[in-house]
Amino acid sequence: MNGAQAMVKCLEKEGVEMIFGYPGVAICPFYDSILESGIRPILIRTEQNAAHAASGLARVTQKVGVCAVTSGPGATNLITGIATAFADSIPLVCITGQVNSELIGSDVFQEADITGAAESFVKYSYLVKNADDIPRIFKEAFYIANTGRKGPVLIDVPADVQNAELKKFEYPKTVSLRTYKPTVKGHAVQIKKVMAELEKAKRPVICAGGGVLLSDAQEMLREFSHKYRVPVVTTMMGIGTMRTEDGMYFGMVGNNGAPCANRAMNEADMVIMVGARVADRAVNQPEIITKDKVLVHMDVDPAEIGKNAGPTIPLVGDAKHIFEDMMKQEITCDHELWVQTLFEYRQTMKEKRAADPAFIDPAGFVRTLSDKMEKNAIYVADVGQNQIWSCRNCIVRDGSFLTSGGMGTMGYSIPAAMGAKLGQPDRQAIAVCGDGSFQMSMMELATMRQHGVPVKIVVMSNGYLGMVREFQQNAYQGRYCVVDLSGSPDLSKIAEAYGVRFLHLSDPDKMEETIDSFLQNDDSVLMECVINPMDTVK
Amino acid sequence: MKKIYSVLVENRSGVLCKVAGLFSRRAFNIDSLVVGETDDPTVSCMTIVSSGDLHTLEQIEKQLNKKLDIIKVKTFEEQASVSRELMLVKVKYNRGNRRDIMEICGILKAQVVDMSKTQMMIQMCDVPERIQLFLKMLQTISIVEVARTGTVALPKCHDQEG
Repeated sequence: MNGAQAMVKCLEKEGVEMIFGYPGVAICPFYDSILESGIRPILIRTEQNAAHAASGLARVTQKVGVCAVTSGPGATNLITGIATAFADSIPLVCITGQVNSELIGSDVFQEADITGAAESFVKYSYLVKNADDIPRIFKEAFYIANTGRKGPVLIDVPADVQNAELKKFEYPKTVSLRTYKPTVKGHAVQIKKVMAELEKAKRPVICAGGGVLLSDAQEMLREFSHKYRVPVVTTMMGIGTMRTEDGMYFGMVGNNGAPCANRAMNEADMVIMVGARVADRAVNQPEIITKDKVLVHMDVDPAEIGKNAGPTIPLVGDAKHIFEDMMKQEITCDHELWVQTLFEYRQTMKEKRAADPAFIDPAGFVRTLSDKMEKNAIYVADVGQNQIWSCRNCIVRDGSFLTSGGMGTMGYSIPAAMGAKLGQPDRQAIAVCGDGSFQMSMMELATMRQHGVPVKIVVMSNGYLGMVREFQQNAYQGRYCVVDLSGSPDLSKIAEAYGVRFLHLSDPDKMEETIDSFLQNDDSVLMECVINPMDTVK
Repeated sequence: MKKIYSVLVENRSGVLCKVAGLFSRRAFNIDSLVVGETDDPTVSCMTIVSSGDLHTLEQIEKQLNKKLDIIKVKTFEEQASVSRELMLVKVKYNRGNRRDIMEICGILKAQVVDMSKTQMMIQMCDVPERIQLFLKMLQTISIVEVARTGTVALPKCHDQEG
């Protein structure tokens, strides 16, 4: 067995069903071995999207997403995708081919120091020097990617190592790393303290982040919230932890969040942050959540706790285990007055939008679309104004809401939706992007066609890079620079060229029926939804 | 505020780069960094001296602990540790100042380790403050070049190792 065959065998042992990638000479031994396996290779149209597609798959299946690309430009193209996954703690194993070992460092054709270049965006990386190390390295890589604070792991394999014979292949059963032992269970004393504070608190609120979804703790969170009557708000990455229509859910926090969610955070006397980074977009002034409040910060990554705000009670561990342990404690608490106050805020503090009746209102569009989607649909929001409208208005029931929250990578939605659809073919997968982000990954329409992946795509078309235009409107008094997208292609022709059903929506009276048509059948559809070019999110 | 981090790491290529990269990426200071093998050839010890506010110093420890090549991070204040630095300094001398130089060396316990007709090389091994003091005393004499190792440190001895 050679190195390449061993790599494929490792993937099989890990239960990998498909990989996303782009070949080149340096990764060819690996792809040649893929032919002899049951693993399905998906040819993506640019490497960055291989990582996004793997990310989409990982997020809906809770498995590690895998991508494999070649050396040099293949590897460097992958970096943005890796960084996107890193910022959102998505478990990936990224395999890159490398030039022959003896040529490393001599700047030969398609050589790039990818482990060096990607160092700040990976949880860990390997440069494989000996084919006999392959089983151990792959076992470790999958373990590291999908435990503790999840994240991407890079394995760089020189072509000669892929071709070298292994003495023998034995896939390790366990991982033993003296440097890596993530804490899963929360400290019992700290848990007691949290529950004691919750008993005393008059106005507690839970702020749930993406970590809750990563630990698959959403059911526990919902149960906890209802049992102790603790209202819940989320960060952008935490959308979907609570069903949108759950009475105890008060929306997304942050500078683009729901007014009542922010008010809940400000007026609370106890804030429980779970699996959230307390980053600038969610919590603009960290001192507000620490002043006059008991701040509990739960995270599986100890370095997150206290990084941006000093908590009263730090609690390291996995959200699912912590909620489980917390619910074993019997406490009596009464937050009814506070819950009622928040109900009132939710009723009165509605977001005011002066929608232009001549155009499709993107907020109303997202509400109608998400209301009509199947209950367990996967909604992938891209980046830009469309992301904010999606975050604020998407109705999530038993489905998933995916977006690039940490990195804000444009073009994420289409490849991620494609990966998610491939991971769970029975669920509807809908990508909602703008005309800017669409053009960053529209080449993937070919991938969808080639591999038969029915993704439904909405393009909110306003002829601008809307988010930046809005920023320039406010910060630079409307001096617009490089935000005009004229020159964009006719989307109906793009759809025709790629053999995708096309729908055009510009008449508000036709919104319902167009959305119905969009959602019917499990096929690929491209819907252009024309919105007011001057519309803003604020 | 200053803090000393004694960091045990896997003795592999690229680890120093990862640790140094962590400091630069997160805008942490490095006052000095020394690396050497330990009694176990698979483990290296990095002694890093950093300065910053309490919050930063705590973050450094947490971020170091997160790195997968790092086995153990021990931190200690200067008072709780024994620290040493080695310096080699080359100076020009003449008949007029040779005696002065020898006197300073005598007082501060520095040794002459090499010499030519016009230059001498002095070695000093001491705590960083005294090294600094020695350099200050040599200021009136023309220094040709200086090489310093940076601080190495270990926590003070206890009867019970914890």
